[in-house]
Amino acid sequence: MQVKGRVFKYGNDVDTDVIIPARYLNTTSETELASHCMEDIDPDFVKNVKAGDIIVAEDNFGCGSSREHAPIAIKASGVSLVIANSFARIFYRNSINIGLPILECPEAVAGISAGDIVSCDLGAGVITNETTGKTFKAEPFPPFIQEIISDGGLMKHLIKRSQNYSAGAAE
Amino acid sequence: MPMTMSQKILAAHAGLDEVRAGQLINARLDMVLANDITGPVAIKEFRKAGAVKVADSSKVALVMDHFAPNKDIKSAQQCKLCREFAGEQNLENFFDVGTMGIEHALLPEQGLVGAGDLVIGADSHTCTYGALGAFSMGVGSTDMAAGMMTGECWFKVPSAIKFVLKGKFAKNVCGKDLILHIIGMIGVDGALYKSMEFFGDGVKHLSMDDRFTVCNMAIEAGAKNGIFPVDGLTLEYMNGRFKRSPKIYMADNDAEYDEEYEIDLSKLEPTVSFPHLPENTKTQPEWGDIKIDQVVIGSCTNGRISDLRIAAKILKGRKVAKNVRTIIIPATNEVYLQAVKEGLVETFIEAGAVVSTPTCGPCLGGHMGILAENERCVSTTNRNFVGRMGHITSEVYLASPYVAAASAVAGRLASPDEI
Repeated sequence: MQVKGRVFKYGNDVDTDVIIPARYLNTTSETELASHCMEDIDPDFVKNVKAGDIIVAEDNFGCGSSREHAPIAIKASGVSLVIANSFARIFYRNSINIGLPILECPEAVAGISAGDIVSCDLGAGVITNETTGKTFKAEPFPPFIQEIISDGGLMKHLIKRSQNYSAGAAE
Repeated sequence: MPMTMSQKILAAHAGLDEVRAGQLINARLDMVLANDITGPVAIKEFRKAGAVKVADSSKVALVMDHFAPNKDIKSAQQCKLCREFAGEQNLENFFDVGTMGIEHALLPEQGLVGAGDLVIGADSHTCTYGALGAFSMGVGSTDMAAGMMTGECWFKVPSAIKFVLKGKFAKNVCGKDLILHIIGMIGVDGALYKSMEFFGDGVKHLSMDDRFTVCNMAIEAGAKNGIFPVDGLTLEYMNGRFKRSPKIYMADNDAEYDEEYEIDLSKLEPTVSFPHLPENTKTQPEWGDIKIDQVVIGSCTNGRISDLRIAAKILKGRKVAKNVRTIIIPATNEVYLQAVKEGLVETFIEAGAVVSTPTCGPCLGGHMGILAENERCVSTTNRNFVGRMGHITSEVYLASPYVAAASAVAGRLASPDEI
């Protein structure tokens, strides 16, 4: 899976309260959640983000609450990939489960600035900063996790697998 | 292969003789939990997967605590959705207004979780039950949905950090100061992906409520879980409450730990996390003169009876400072009723505080105590991120009930010695 977009860059410990403030958690609507994404840390994010754009951040991205609304809001805002030095563990698991691509790559974080155009081959974990021409290599997810992400999340993946299974059994 | 306490619980639930750090396992769950915020997303995922029945209706708990009693129409809709799901699935552990309390105070109190259990909850503070000697961790709604469907969950077996406690707390110091001290020491990602295991002679001087507070905030150091060994106090707490038989697991003497810290409880001082991260801890005289507008005493961290007793002891015969809104929230109805019987509620009201029904409300900026621009709150809750309790310029100072109650009286951040 290939993604490409413009970079929004953030620092350490971006928490789920700034990704999607709890005052908006009275809904499960993806578009409504996306309309408040990053509001408390970057009020212009929603105005500027375009489909395919990429978030790059430093340590412990997504720390705090377990709200799955956080990766949902990011994905629904059009973001195609989050690259960070490290992720908080519940956010990490949630991102895989809802099909938001994420990669840990400190070299890329150091070599990418806000506004750069970045592309990534998710399967190979190769990140290219198109603005500077530099490339970086992240550890890609094992195939089964990549499949969950490309199917659009754990539930869609499970449905697809069970359909394939029944189709196979019928033959 | 020697194992940590957390690893032993995981191995037992995966049907394995041993597990090692980094191993991926599938394990049987004793309880899965969600609330009125994460529940609706989990139910949506449950339906999306085409699931019809939960695997075991006695092992699912839904607690309406975050925006309940409902703060607005949308919140009411979310609770309604959970209520209808609970009815359809015959969930015996559905807790609505009247029976609900703040989930992580309620589940141990109702005996739904106990020693040796493996629990996941769609709430990050699910790690609280480690106080009972359980392995419990927060997950997202999709994992919760999968847990409801299958009664199982996959885990990556964590490595662990060992905390050896010795001595006992000085006056006006409690479990909250201990966990804030630890987070200040190792940072908000100091235990990322790991277990925090507590040991040592000092453990026996920690009340159950202290242990709940400590495990509750393990997530604030990035940990997967926090866990205490089971002792006489744990068994006494579970006696007459816990619906199943406790299972006691102990770490092997030669279990491997990534790091080890020794903490002398007698050396700890009242500790406060300054905005906007729990790791920004300070003790006096570093506090300076911080004028405040609000005090919150409650939450899954510090809304238990001993927290209210501490607050009442300080507020008894005193008045809260002018213009300091002091909001006290018993974590469950049982705690509330006990506080009424002991005269604590009367003390609070006479001091000029208000007492709310159980809710997570202000902790996450939901309702019942939202901060305006530039306002400051001393709170016994667990997070002080930007905008956590209201306006993005507002500030939250995390503290123990001792410090919170003293600050309410002083009108500024203060320790009990100062009033």
